[in-house]
Formats: sequence, structure tokens, C-alpha cells
Amino acid sequence: MFERKSGIILIAGIGFFALAFLSNAVVPVLMYQHMPEKSVKELINGNLRYQFEDLAQRFPEAFEKAYGQPPADPEQASTWYNDHCESALKLGHQIYVGEGCWHCHSQFVRPVSNEDRRWGPVSKSWEYQNELQRPVMFGTRRVGPDLCREGGRRSSDWQAVHFFNPEALSVGSPMPRYPWLFDGAPDKPTIRGLALLTYIQWLGSWHETYPYYEDYIPVPIKTASKTE
Amino acid sequence: MSAGTNVVTADRNFPKHQDLVEERLVLWYFVAALTFMTVSMLAGTLMGLQLIRHNPLPAIEILSPGRWRMIHTNAIAYGFLANAFLGIMHWVIPRLTLRPCLNRQLSYLIFAAWQFVVLATAVGLIFGQAQGLEWGETPVWIDPVAQLGLLLVAINFGAPILQTRGPMYVTLWYYLAALVWTFLTYAMGNFVPEYFVCGSSAGAVGGLFIHDLVGLFVTPLGWGMMYYFVPILLKRPMWSHGLSLVGFWGLAFFYPLQGIHHFLYTPIPMFLQYGAVLSTIALELVVVTVIINFVGTLYGTGGLVVTNLPLRYFYTGILFYFLTCLQCALQVTMTFQALIHFTDWVVGHAHMVMFGVFSMWQLGVMTYLVPRILKTEWYSTKWCEWHYWASAGGLLVMSGDLILGGLFQGWSWAALQPWDASIRLSLPFWSVRLVAGLVIFAAQLLFLLNFYLTWRNAPRSTSVTEPASGLATA
Repeated sequence: MFERKSGIILIAGIGFFALAFLSNAVVPVLMYQHMPEKSVKELINGNLRYQFEDLAQRFPEAFEKAYGQPPADPEQASTWYNDHCESALKLGHQIYVGEGCWHCHSQFVRPVSNEDRRWGPVSKSWEYQNELQRPVMFGTRRVGPDLCREGGRRSSDWQAVHFFNPEALSVGSPMPRYPWLFDGAPDKPTIRGLALLTYIQWLGSWHETYPYYEDYIPVPIKTASKTE
Repeated sequence: MSAGTNVVTADRNFPKHQDLVEERLVLWYFVAALTFMTVSMLAGTLMGLQLIRHNPLPAIEILSPGRWRMIHTNAIAYGFLANAFLGIMHWVIPRLTLRPCLNRQLSYLIFAAWQFVVLATAVGLIFGQAQGLEWGETPVWIDPVAQLGLLLVAINFGAPILQTRGPMYVTLWYYLAALVWTFLTYAMGNFVPEYFVCGSSAGAVGGLFIHDLVGLFVTPLGWGMMYYFVPILLKRPMWSHGLSLVGFWGLAFFYPLQGIHHFLYTPIPMFLQYGAVLSTIALELVVVTVIINFVGTLYGTGGLVVTNLPLRYFYTGILFYFLTCLQCALQVTMTFQALIHFTDWVVGHAHMVMFGVFSMWQLGVMTYLVPRILKTEWYSTKWCEWHYWASAGGLLVMSGDLILGGLFQGWSWAALQPWDASIRLSLPFWSVRLVAGLVIFAAQLLFLLNFYLTWRNAPRSTSVTEPASGLATA
């Protein structure tokens, strides 16, 4: 058996591979069956809608160029924003993957190494049960910070300038510049730029402690008034 | 040591070497492999320069370091390693089975198809069409082509192996299993987590894929090659057949079970994480038996490692293999993971495996085969020596530097220092890594030049008419 073709093909080749696939892949699939995969449409929440409409306020010309005018009727406008938010989220995810962002930024907070103090609550399985985590964006290397609690933490203005020229905001950052997401200036994101901004603002928007600020201590009003 | 001792085979009824081995194709594969290695190293240099903020070509969309970082890993895996393995298999399998590959036209078709797959992947990545899984970035539309190509590879090489009678030699165990595994692994990684499962389950499958790609495609093809070339160069059989058996079956059982160890402390169920950790440590014991077997084979003739360059490549790789696997058994524990996960430690480890072990072995085989196929000595054996020392030395510095740098990054993060502190402390390590990388790159370019000049010196009437001198050893 050990040196024969049948043993090697059937037992080692197919058998052991199948055993590993069953125990390491099929088991978690079955365990998460009660958490069905959410579609992109189902992922749009209040926080993200706020951010998406905020993009329309911050970059009105760019937004109009990319998506046109929203309908005047408030109800129609709401579906209009939802539809464009959905397509922006999809495209943003595609850019995040295509540009290889996930090779330098992880998307999960571990329960060790003080990570919950830096980035917020430890990651849970339900957060990943959606279309945009297929394949999952856990990441393998952190040259830059983790991004799974990035949404809402910084304004879209900050994010736009940072994509355009990271060193303008983070001194000494090794992150490359992404000017092709803009029409020549950080306040003129293209449809791709708006999409990536939407995607970044989505990250963590589902969480109850949104936005999460690193070591955030609210300034007591008394101290604030004293300094004035 | 003389070439005459091995000509015995010629007057028996064995098939002739030139009827078995398509030597021209072996050379073509080597050229393709080294070309893609150059591309990969250019990409690595670009990313290395970006990290120390000296990218000479910044802000150009199709030269974005993020995209070229994916070309770096994919060109090494599919362009260099796979091409070199295919070329070497075209030499080894017909000579071991005494049968040519299934079909000559098919062999050339596979060569062309595989170059198309690798080039198309590179173009797809440059234009931002990657998919989100390491080594599975291959754009959607190429996946089915690559899958078909792997099926043809399995058929073309499987046929001569399946036609042999009786028990097979160790190399063929590894090769036969690898043909099945590579096909299955590619299918699993490029379709399941993209189309069928999401979230933590996709992470589990993705972990299996990136691990199996190293463990079930690169590793068995690499060891199969070692079990073939090492006894030939030493002119003695493997030290222990029993240990060869332990090594193969231990690898076959434990290797596929460890994928999840790439995603420890993720939301993937804890008991599965522990299982992956345990089987990784178990594999380390199996690896030790393989190393013992190879050291046992060398025992008494260790001096040859100094004088025989291909052999030195092989045993350097074996030494690095031992080091990486030992490192694996340690770094896979939860204690180590807490510190080193996400750091450059892992990058150092990956370079030691892919370049220090498998690329070194393949470069050793090329150093051995090229003069045999071209029927002339290397243009410069001195350059071959330079190639070895710069590759091995560069790699040692690079992985040592990254492993050490990773520790500091991990400590900086755990101490909750501001993020840019971890960038600042990485800069010296990234600078050393860049220099080491450039040394390695220069060595490969020298090897390419040496290859070219040797080929130019080769006798014009090629392999078809000349008697096979390939069986003779140096």
C-alpha cells in the first residue's frame, strides 16, 4: 500500500486531502450555518448612509459627476442614495482588493497584544458573514494599521487627502500615493475615489461602539471652559 | 569520478536518453523561470524602495507598489517555481520511468499555456483585477484556464508514472501525489472562498490554500527532486528507505491539516486553531526524520558539499529547510503568534522557505543540468560560485534581518506606542533588507548572463544527434 500507485493516489493524494478539507473547512462552514451571508444591500446601515450623503456634501461636484442628481422626492431620493451606496461599496471593495490594500492593512482585532485598546472590540464571526468578506479580508501583514474599525474614525476629507498624498497627513508614512483615484486634486475624487472612501467608512460601521477612537477620553466641560 | 563508469546503460535494451527527455523543453522552462524570477525581483525591489520612501517611480497607476507586490509573490510561485519544477520534471520523470511523457505536442502546448497563464496573471494584476486571496489573486477569467492546464500537466506526467510496474522510487511517490494535490489545491483555493463561502469559513479555506500551495505543490515537488538528485550526485542510495516512507506519509497526513495556523486568534473556532497548531508541531518531528535521512546519506562524504556546487546548493537548502521548520514549530504556538503575527517575522520566514529552500534547490539543479543539456561547461564556474554565495548570503541576511525586525515591530505594537513609532524602528531593517535583496537580485542576473554565454558557447548541432552524455556525472 505505502509504495503503490493506488495507495499514493487514493489515500495520500485524495484521502488525506479530503480529510483535511472536511475537518478544516467543512466544519466551520457547518458551524456558521445559522449566520447566513449578507448581501451588499443588506450591509447598508445608518452610519454608512450618513457617510455616503456626507460625501455628497463635501465633494458636491465630484459626487454629481459620478452619480448625477438625486431625485427631488425624499422617498425616491432615499432609494437613490441606497442604490448608489451599494454600487459604491462594491466598487470600493474591488479597488481595495485590486490595489492590494489588504497586503499592508489587516481587518481583524485580536484578543491579544493590547489590540482591543488600540482598535476597539475584538473581532467576532458575525462581522464577517457577508458578501464583501468573500474571500475574507483578514490580511496577513500590518505595515499600516488595522482597518476594521476605521469607519467614522476620521473624516472623508482626511481620508481623501491621505489617499492623494499620505505623507501630507502621516509624516514618514511608507504608504504609496493614489492620485489616480482623483481628478488632479484631493477634493475631486473620481467615481473610484468616492467608492473607496465609502468602503473605508463602511469598515466597522456595523458596530455599536462606532466610531471607535483610540484611547478616547471625553474632555470634561469644566476643563475645557477653564482653558478658554 | 570518471565519466566512463556510467555508460553501462547504453548497451542494454533500455530506451535512450534522447528518446526520453525533451532537453530543449527543459531549457525553455529554465529560461522562462529565470525571466519571471527577474520580473518578481524587480517587483520586490520596487516594494522595498517604497517602504523606505525612495520609490523612484511614484504615483503611476500601473507601477503601483501595491499591485507589484502581488506580482512579486505570484511571479515567484507560478512563474519561477512552477516553471523550474516543470522543466526538472521533464528531465526526471522520463529517466525514472524509462518512458517519455504522454505526448510531445502536449508538452509544448502545456509550456505555451503555462506562460500564457503567468503573463495574463501579471497583466491582470497590473490593471487591478486581483482577487482577495494570497496566491489566489489570479484574475477570475484565468482561473479556469490554469485549472485546465494543471489537469493536462497531471495527465502528461501521470501517464509515464502510471505505466511503471512494481514498487516506485521515492521521487515518484512525491511527484504522483503532487500532481493530484496541486490540481485539488488550486481548485479549492481559487473557487471555494471566492464563490461559495464567506467570512471565517473563507478564512479557513484560504488558510488551507496558501498553506497547501507550499505544502502540497512546492514541497513534494522539491523533495521528490532531492530524492532523485542527491543520491545521483553522491553515487549512493538514500541512507534509509524506512525513513523515506515515514517522511512521505508523515507529510501527506500532517501537512494538509495545518492551514488554519495562518489565522490564529481570528474568529475561526478555537478547537480548529489548536488542531492546526498541534499538527504543525507533529510535522516538525516528521521533518527531522527526513533531515536525518539526508544527513545519513551524506555521512562520510561531507567534503563533497564543499567541492561539488550543485550538492552544496542542495544541502544549503536542506539546512534552511530544517531552520524554517524548526521556526514553524515555535512560531505556530499561541505565545509566539501574539507577538509576531502581522510582523516582518513572517515575511522573513516566507523568504527563507521560498528562496532559501526551494529556489536554492532549483538553482542547484539548473547549475547541474544546464551544462549537461548544452554539452559544454559553464562559461564561468567562478560566476557560478558567486551566484551561490551571493544568493545564500543575501538570503541569510534578509531573513535574519526581517525576523529580528518583526520582533521589534511586535513589541512596539503591544506597548501601544503610536503607529509611526513602529514604522520608524522598521526603517533600518527595511534598508538592510533592500540591500540584501539587491545582492540576491544581482546574483540572479549574473547567473542569467552566465547561462546566456554558456548557451552561446554550446556546440551548434544540438542534442538530437549527439549521444547522451547526460548520464555521466561530474
